[in-house]
Amino acid sequence: MTTTVEATPQVRSVVEAAIARHGATREAVVPVLSEVNQALGYLPPEAFVEVGRQLRIPVSQLFSVASFYQMLSTKPRGQHIIQFCESAPCHVVGGRQVWNALKEALGIGPGETSADGKWTLQMTSCLGVCAVGPVIVIDADIYGNVTPKQVPEILARYS
Amino acid sequence: MKYYRSHVLVSVDPECIAKGAYEVLDALNDELVSQGLIDEVQVLETSRIGEPSSGPDMMVYPESVHYVGLTVDDIPFLVEEHFLKGRVAKKFVEPPKVITDEELGAPTSKEVRVVLRNCGRIDPENIDDYIAEDGYQALGKVLSDMTPEQVIDEMLASGLRGRGGAGFPAGRKWQFARASKATPKFIICNADEGDPGAFMNRRVLEGDPHSVLEGMIVAAYAIGAARGYIYCRAEYPVAVRTLRIAIQQARAYGLLGENILGSGFSFDLEVRIGAGAFVCGEETALIASIEGRRGEPRPRPPFPAVSGLWARPTNVNNVETYANVPQIILRGASWYAGMGTEKSKGTKTFALAGDVNHTGLIEVPLGINMREVVYDVAGGIKDGKKLKAVQIGGPMGGCLPEAFLDRPIDYESLAEAGTIMGSGGLVVMDEDTCMVDIARFFMEFIQDESCGKCTPCRVGTRRMLEILQRICNGEGRDGDIETLEMLCGQIRTTSLCGLGQGAPNPVSSTLTHFRHEYEAHIYEKRCPAKVCKGLIRFDILDNCTGCTVCARNCPVNAITGQRRQLHVIDPNMCVRCGICVQVCNFNAIEIR
Repeated sequence: MTTTVEATPQVRSVVEAAIARHGATREAVVPVLSEVNQALGYLPPEAFVEVGRQLRIPVSQLFSVASFYQMLSTKPRGQHIIQFCESAPCHVVGGRQVWNALKEALGIGPGETSADGKWTLQMTSCLGVCAVGPVIVIDADIYGNVTPKQVPEILARYS
Repeated sequence: MKYYRSHVLVSVDPECIAKGAYEVLDALNDELVSQGLIDEVQVLETSRIGEPSSGPDMMVYPESVHYVGLTVDDIPFLVEEHFLKGRVAKKFVEPPKVITDEELGAPTSKEVRVVLRNCGRIDPENIDDYIAEDGYQALGKVLSDMTPEQVIDEMLASGLRGRGGAGFPAGRKWQFARASKATPKFIICNADEGDPGAFMNRRVLEGDPHSVLEGMIVAAYAIGAARGYIYCRAEYPVAVRTLRIAIQQARAYGLLGENILGSGFSFDLEVRIGAGAFVCGEETALIASIEGRRGEPRPRPPFPAVSGLWARPTNVNNVETYANVPQIILRGASWYAGMGTEKSKGTKTFALAGDVNHTGLIEVPLGINMREVVYDVAGGIKDGKKLKAVQIGGPMGGCLPEAFLDRPIDYESLAEAGTIMGSGGLVVMDEDTCMVDIARFFMEFIQDESCGKCTPCRVGTRRMLEILQRICNGEGRDGDIETLEMLCGQIRTTSLCGLGQGAPNPVSSTLTHFRHEYEAHIYEKRCPAKVCKGLIRFDILDNCTGCTVCARNCPVNAITGQRRQLHVIDPNMCVRCGICVQVCNFNAIEIR
């Protein structure tokens, strides 16, 4: 039995835009998947089918690539992605307390998405801004020297 | 041409105009005329100078004095003070903003800044700033006066070794890539700086991107490449943006693209962004990632210089290596080789972290000893504590004890001591650090980042981590040390890439230099640094006043006692969080 997954017009247009920007070549796979991931929040099955069809690459190979990289997600994610640096330099300056405050404020654990679909909480590797640790990144905004007290106030900035 | 002794630039951006900039400008001209100074002082209009909120404002040269918040009524006084009496009218001078750079301070006397020379000093988004600091002069020299062979000879003579960690001589790499016959050839800059706590390359990319581009163009000319890639990790969005701006500006100036500086040599490059995989810092994994595949390493040889990107000759160096190149070309190989030791030339950047007074980026000549770095450059150990170890080389590096403080920092000495230069992470640890816990910490990282392609690294690091976790939990067994040693040897010799081969370093180096700590954990069930929670207990001493602070703060209610009576901690309920120690005002809680 075969199941066919038809891409929705939205997925199709996102994939087409990404391929138009990066080219329809094998080397464009990671940039294209990254862009689709960013536009849709994650990589749904129909996105793989559509990218595979346009780049003429088997879906299995695309999935193999996507599952390798931390930043490509095959599961739906929240509207805002919170990345928390778990590396040693942030850890020793109070990162753990900030992490606990984040978990408490959001009511979710690492890798999880809040029930209302607003937040996804992720651990990330070193962000290289160790001089101002502890550090969290929400979408593309970097917050340094974060204290547990500031967490609710920072989260409130996102609607 | 008329000669003016002073030039005044008045800001006339829309906001300043709204606040009366033109009126101030007119008043200034009138006042200069009435004081008879109009032939000595030139008044010009310019766009925004400072913060719009501080306008109307003006800049006076040659003194570079910035007057802010001016009104028409201020002008007579200002003209009299500054232009007649020749002294700065202090009340209109903008108070200097205190901007502290927490990453990169002023260089200390033992530092030499080559790679970091422009960081924080020039505008990274303005190519003219870089050119004003001799930027792209090396490229001009190379394209007009040097053959590719001469460039490679210069690099060989400089003794520059790969700053990504392995330390392979850059000139030799270029030589191999040049000698490879296949075409086209490629240049790759490895900007996948993934070691936790290391951000030297990010700072260079964000602060002086053109030095990296220039180094890459020179390398491309030397090996005969027409295309290049900068592989930058996705965690560095600012670096990616700065690089893209730099590339555009270099193209606009004819420093990238067709027929560079009219020499007939063409080269162009683009930025590729990673997608979150530590192992992509390994060059063959990085190449696989650019090709659009899983970023898994492959065995070498063939080395990328022979068969790299799309099986074509490819030269891969990291950010710091390329950033050194223009200076070497410009100031000569002998200048560069004049710094460092016999086999390790030049300078190296490090990201200092841990228990020292000054953390952040430093750049020191190789051959400097660790004591100078810790005590002179980093200002010594925090809170007057004793140094226990220096961890150098990133997660695949090793820990060196105090006895190594007087050994020079160079590739050979570090290898001899059981660690690596690595990309430049340097963590200083004081006496309160447990070395078994540190080994466990690094092994957790390595285990997490192992790509899983080869068995020794995938399975071996997990087995090591499990043993270390057991030891830290107080469940160490006789034979654990021997098993760890065996695993170290096997993983080192049978793993495919540098990640697996270096994976045992945190364990083997601590086993060599701090074996007694492992033994204390396993045989005496004791953590000498009082860190490992499975091996410590908290007890309340007789000097407890019964103030109840500890009992009220204990998150698990493990402390009991009446007011003004000695309190007691129930060791079975205690989770060893240490909060009671922090809140006790009488130092009445002891960790055993």
